[in-house]
Amino acid sequence: MAAAVELEGVNVTFGDFVAVRQANLTIEPGEFFSFLGPSGCGKTTLLRTISGFIEPTHGNVRIGGQDMKGIGPNRRPTALIFQNLALFPMMSVAENIGYGLRVRGVPRHERDEKVKNLLIQVALTEHGHKRVAELSGGQKQRVAIARALAVEPKVLLLDEPLSALDLKLRQHMRTELRAIQKKVGITFIYITHDQGEALTMSDRIAVMNAGVIEQVGDGRAVYAEPRTPFVAAFVGENNQIRGRITQVADGFATLETPLGLLKGRNPVGLGAGEEALLFVRPEALRLGHDGQANGSGFEAETLDVAYEGSVTHVTLRVRTGQKITATLGAGSALPAPGEMLCLGFAPQDGLLLKRPERA
Amino acid sequence: MSGIGGLTLTIGLPLVAALVLVALSAYERRAGAATGPGFFQRNGLAIGLYLVVAVGFWAFFIILLPQLAMVDMSFRPKLPPAQMGGPKDLYTLENYRYFLFGSTTSTAEWNWIHIKAFFLTIGVSVVITAFNFVICYPLAFHMAQSATLARLRMLLLLLIIPYWVNEILRAFAFRVLLSSGGIINQLLMGSGITSEPFDFLAADIGLYMGLSYAYLLMMIFPLYNAIESLDKNQIEAARDLGAPWWHIHAFIVMPHSKPGIASGCTLVFMLTAGALAAPLVLGGPRTLWFTPIVYDRFYQAFNWPQGAAYALILLVTCIVFVLVVLKAFRLSLGEITR
Repeated sequence: MAAAVELEGVNVTFGDFVAVRQANLTIEPGEFFSFLGPSGCGKTTLLRTISGFIEPTHGNVRIGGQDMKGIGPNRRPTALIFQNLALFPMMSVAENIGYGLRVRGVPRHERDEKVKNLLIQVALTEHGHKRVAELSGGQKQRVAIARALAVEPKVLLLDEPLSALDLKLRQHMRTELRAIQKKVGITFIYITHDQGEALTMSDRIAVMNAGVIEQVGDGRAVYAEPRTPFVAAFVGENNQIRGRITQVADGFATLETPLGLLKGRNPVGLGAGEEALLFVRPEALRLGHDGQANGSGFEAETLDVAYEGSVTHVTLRVRTGQKITATLGAGSALPAPGEMLCLGFAPQDGLLLKRPERA
Repeated sequence: MSGIGGLTLTIGLPLVAALVLVALSAYERRAGAATGPGFFQRNGLAIGLYLVVAVGFWAFFIILLPQLAMVDMSFRPKLPPAQMGGPKDLYTLENYRYFLFGSTTSTAEWNWIHIKAFFLTIGVSVVITAFNFVICYPLAFHMAQSATLARLRMLLLLLIIPYWVNEILRAFAFRVLLSSGGIINQLLMGSGITSEPFDFLAADIGLYMGLSYAYLLMMIFPLYNAIESLDKNQIEAARDLGAPWWHIHAFIVMPHSKPGIASGCTLVFMLTAGALAAPLVLGGPRTLWFTPIVYDRFYQAFNWPQGAAYALILLVTCIVFVLVVLKAFRLSLGEITR
């Protein structure tokens, strides 16, 4: 079976500005695939390239094994759900859903039948005759999904469709989107700057930064095994400490930092003398008065303790003035502001990555 | 209308109009139709009073009173000034009768010349309005949806600057251009397409060109405004769902811009039907446009009551026509002001 979407050396430039640089990617049929990145990273451009609104400056886009060069968005087997949904306000809900079928010349009775089924599928049976403006945010969302599914696309593209919803509804829609995707079984490509959305819904995630796909992997991989400092810093909270590698051994390395020697994993094979960044997740930090006991550790002063029930976020300041965050689980002893502590972490929880030139 | 009576009317009627407006807003407030701070709270007493009086004055003196005077005049007989207000000054339908049946001494059954001119004017105005729409829609769409800012500014300038030239001057320019010795005929003959000059003016081509051009802006701007407010994503969504371009225009862009289309078409139709300069300057010898006839009633026949009746016939017909068309397209009068 051919891949759902293949990007091969895709570059998109607008004048001097490179929006997407050298994107190579294969998205499998039936996959829920997310592009995650900050705004302006090129993820929307990439989505519009797949949907056909933008022609790549270089490279190829293949959908279902077929080259899409010169094929407009109206003739691609994709359907796009816009950030603002772009429902047609002068049409009823049913007319919106049936629009794609109408332009394809599907006969009326067949169309009505299909629209009815889709209304059932998105639980809007009672609302077919209503104007779009009469619906709630979540209902509009479902109309947009039904309208896109009506044309039976091979790939459904979603451009941050949940960003306008409030938190509760957003979380509910995540589950719903995932359920719809499982049910219809087609490929979903989802654009978001919200890592929570990407992590909870996706089979795989591509993390993008400044037009470059930095890493592709499942949620656990991009969270626990980031390959670049950007991914480590963008996906989830992370503390980073600069330094220079002094010693390398068995996939671990020791970093010389202003806070002392710290040990962490060395997955990208950094050599002694290289500039590096050490990443430690807040939840991997342990507070104590005997820091050096297992692994690396350093001293810090407690600044602020924010108790959130299941977890507590502690902000601390180290000798250099840098702030460090530690997350403690429920039941941990809480430090008092101003208290000097020793922060420690196990070497396998420290991650060493090459420091980028510009940082 | 003189002395105390005239003064009371001059001051009193605008005040009555103002009071009606105030009462209306108070009623809306009571009925719950209007909310938020009141009119006078928002504007202050001085400015609020000024607005109410000024609008009342304007509505009454500039708009209502002259039209009422016209209506009144159209129902009166033509009399020498000395007999005005005298025993012979009675309301009559004579002026309207004249439009349909002509002079009492004429032998013809109907006043065909005027009736024909009237329907020609309405019919051609409809055609010109449609033609204007066809010309302006693509341009307005381009300006509103796809032009860059620099291009948009340039287009707007190119559209507006020619309209700095006076309407009559523009009509004469068309006349010079299309005359038998004009540049177009010279080109046609020079290139051997015709051997003799073509009389564009006699064929009414000049008239229709002039009329089409005269109110182009009145079509462009409402269209541009309406199309501009359409979310680009809607067009893209329709395209993404597989719609060909004509379907997008017919079922997405035009329904959205319906108020603008109606507003533009209404303006162009009304102005074209009432145009005077272009028909006077560019009208062929055989064409009788209706407005020059009205003009002649006033200034050639010195029959003001009849002129007033003719003008009213045109005005009322146009208004009724526009309302019927709006109704047919399910638009309310309020919508075209959006």
